[in-house]
Amino acid sequence: MKRYIDFYLTSMKIAILEQFQYRAQNYFYMVGVIVEPTIYLVVWSTIANQQGGSIGGYSSGGLAAYYIVWTLVRQMNIVFTPYGWEDRIQHGRLSMELMRPMHPIHSDVSYFAGWKFVMIILWIPIATALALIFKPILNPTWVQVLVFVVAIWGAYLVRTMIYAVLGLITLWTTRVSAIFELVFALEMILSGRFVPMTLMPVWVQHLAYYLPFQWTFFFPINALVGRSSSIELLTGLGMQLIWILIGILIVKIVWHFGIRRFSSVGN
Amino acid sequence: MQSPVIEVNNLSKHYRVPVREAGLKAATKSLFKRKYNTVKAVESISFKIDPGEVVGFLGPNGAGKTTTLKMLSGLLFPTTGTSMVLGYQPSRRQAEFLGQITLVMGNRSQMSWDLPALDSFELQRAIYGIPRPEFEKTRDEYIELLEVKELVRKPVRNLSLGERMKVEIIVALLHRPKVLFLDEPTIGLDVTMQRRIRLFVEEYNHRTGATVLLTSHYMADVEALCKRVIVIHNGKLLFDGDLAALLERFSAFKTICVTLANGNGSFSHYGEVLNQDAGHFTLRIPREKTPDITARILAEQKVEDLTVEDPPIEDIIEKVFSQKSVEA
Repeated sequence: MKRYIDFYLTSMKIAILEQFQYRAQNYFYMVGVIVEPTIYLVVWSTIANQQGGSIGGYSSGGLAAYYIVWTLVRQMNIVFTPYGWEDRIQHGRLSMELMRPMHPIHSDVSYFAGWKFVMIILWIPIATALALIFKPILNPTWVQVLVFVVAIWGAYLVRTMIYAVLGLITLWTTRVSAIFELVFALEMILSGRFVPMTLMPVWVQHLAYYLPFQWTFFFPINALVGRSSSIELLTGLGMQLIWILIGILIVKIVWHFGIRRFSSVGN
Repeated sequence: MQSPVIEVNNLSKHYRVPVREAGLKAATKSLFKRKYNTVKAVESISFKIDPGEVVGFLGPNGAGKTTTLKMLSGLLFPTTGTSMVLGYQPSRRQAEFLGQITLVMGNRSQMSWDLPALDSFELQRAIYGIPRPEFEKTRDEYIELLEVKELVRKPVRNLSLGERMKVEIIVALLHRPKVLFLDEPTIGLDVTMQRRIRLFVEEYNHRTGATVLLTSHYMADVEALCKRVIVIHNGKLLFDGDLAALLERFSAFKTICVTLANGNGSFSHYGEVLNQDAGHFTLRIPREKTPDITARILAEQKVEDLTVEDPPIEDIIEKVFSQKSVEA
């Protein structure tokens, strides 16, 4: 355990050192990411204003809070994608990672976790600018803040597991992008990324409750900006934990069979 | 008697590869009926390697060398056969096993491109759980041996190929592995750098008693490091034995180079004259006749200098590749 803690801290430190080398690239990437919620925010704020100032329980200020918090949750949700798995297999990097006495997923989780600290530092001025422009209404309790801090890391781990499982498909087929795009589309609708889940039809909300996606976007955002009860907040954290454990189990099973298929020819 | 560190029994690796003709028609046809070929990358090879041995693993491109190394290091599952390395079954990929071996591939990097190598060393320490005092001692020792004190402070992307390879070797050996699988570790390097890497591997072997299995297309690496060689071709084992025995067995001729004091002489009656230039003569002599012919030349000619050489090892290895029978 001590060795893993040491590894995670060292790998996170390496990620921070590396990503600071690419601060300009990271900033441009972040600006690109910010465009998406800004469009949603403008559209939904306009609709809310046309409907008398609120929609689905969200006022313009509430929507502004939702999408500004969204930008932070989105940064937390950046994980090693199936494209990364494709690339690491095609360029032979997986072979070198498999030589380590440690599952490659530990490298992915720790590296991207370290990267978050760089992104959060870069995010602060952008969030400040968005707050000045869109004037969010945000009055969380300390419990909400605490749950949010835990939930954004929970969201990161849930999403890591979803995309690790997809990434492992590359051990069978070197192209997984089509499946990735399909899951990505489902995530857009069922996670609260496109629109707060409370604005979706009730049956979609029920469906989303039993899938992992909303625990990666809607739950952490709503934990901070919504009016969830303590039970709802605890349930959300519990659902994240369940999905993380399910993800670990599936990754283990898929890995067990997939690694036997790994051919590594020429790499 | 010591038990072998590496034990391979009838190890094979076959790949099922889809094949089709070129063109749209063949592509459409393959959608409905796919054809496969089975590529026998490694076919039923067996050998044992004792602790501390440095063995050259030779063969032309596509012979199955890298596939074998990958099976022995746990990267690939064998199709049939068994292998044991340090008492572990490599395909089970146990952490205790992976922590005691290393695989260096000349064309692969384990380091962060953007950071100085010192940072990658630190990550390696954490991966292998090396105690800090031991890590620092080993790191500093390697840095001194390879004379890379300044290089390890530069971002890896700013290093030349040879410089990068030196730090790659360090990163791969920081955990002091007991078994080294070296796959073309000197590929693309100039002779000076090749020599430096070679000396380092030799020194590591002497200091730690580690077992080394080395593939290289540079015969100088093999001659300098390996007493024993294993030759494979088309996935099959052709030769396993001492390098000297290989030379003896597959080299029917020796080369005698003579320089005459007066510059004139006739040599055609001694054997085939390969080259003749201003008092220098190069002769090809059947191996068994070499002592006699050498004695005769020394007695009959005014010799200023004379050397007897084996033909280049590359020529001998090429000859081994052309053999069809499996020898062991």
